[in-house]
Amino acid sequence: MDEKPEWIVLTEAQKRSRRARSIAIALVLGALVLLFYIVTLVKGPGVLNRPL
Amino acid sequence: MIDVTAIDQRTSSAGVRLEPSIASVGDYVALLKPRVMSLVVFTALVGLMIAPGHIHPVLGFTALLCIAVGAGAAGALNMWYDADIDAVMSRTAGRPIPRGRILPGEALGFGATLGAFAVAVLALLVSWLAAALLAFTIFFYVAVYTIWLKRRTPQNIVIGGAAGALPPVIGWAAVTGDIAVEPILLFLITFFWTPPHFWALSLLRADDYARARVPMLPVVAGPDETRRQILIYSAMLIPVGAAPWLLGFAGLLYGATAIAAGALMVAFAWRVRVEREGEPAERAARRLFGFSIVYLFILFAMLLVEHGLVGLLGRGA
Repeated sequence: MDEKPEWIVLTEAQKRSRRARSIAIALVLGALVLLFYIVTLVKGPGVLNRPL
Repeated sequence: MIDVTAIDQRTSSAGVRLEPSIASVGDYVALLKPRVMSLVVFTALVGLMIAPGHIHPVLGFTALLCIAVGAGAAGALNMWYDADIDAVMSRTAGRPIPRGRILPGEALGFGATLGAFAVAVLALLVSWLAAALLAFTIFFYVAVYTIWLKRRTPQNIVIGGAAGALPPVIGWAAVTGDIAVEPILLFLITFFWTPPHFWALSLLRADDYARARVPMLPVVAGPDETRRQILIYSAMLIPVGAAPWLLGFAGLLYGATAIAAGALMVAFAWRVRVEREGEPAERAARRLFGFSIVYLFILFAMLLVEHGLVGLLGRGA
């Protein structure tokens, strides 16, 4: 039997939009890492140690 | 409710996805309702700036970012739930879900994730109270306004307006860690501003709301009663808008601006009340809607200006 697995083949438009979404997610995650890093500098090592 | 899958080109009638997503980054940004978000950020900024005490600029930025993302998350969750009525209203038919660019489930996941992150980051990095208020705001907008009230009562935007009025309180709480009379006055200004703002728009879109079976005031009580209610709420805005000055929290510059802007708001509402037919009626409603945005911006901007002036004079003394 000649059974070939069915793969989803993305169109160029789908590839382009997926790439754009991936870059956006990467930029947002990078910005978050930077923000958390800066906040730790601002608040010091006890960033989470504070009263309710 | 209308079957959303019937309008989703990427989904079969059984609700199974047929094609991978073609959603652009812009489609996801549109889910966040950026125009609403900009007003939320501005009013939150004013609450944050006029609050007594000091907040490090990085933490202030973080607070505003969380408030903005939280508001965007609420917008995305609103579009998830309202996709069926958005599809039949001309004003909202171009949104990403009715256009088939984003699936309702994707919007739900996107909104829920952003909302949870915004609240958690605000709680961990800035203030527990501010985070609790942000969580309550998102809950109120999605559960109370969108899911419960919007399709059930013409008072939907009156009560639901509380969600849009809370950002200055969140901004204040981010700095002080508590709630005081001043941010509650800012809350009340936006709360009383919301009905004339939205009802002016709903007068223009009454057919849309009727088609979508949303019981907005013009659909349920008629345009004349809506015009009367717009005038009443606009008149109430004058004392409410001037309250920060009357109670001594703002200066004469703000007080004079609030009264003048309030009088203009009433004048625009009066035109809506008397112009009841055809193009003049539409023009009057459109002008009130446009001015209402200017009104809120001017009042909050004046608080910022006064705060800046006091700061400058204080340093010069």
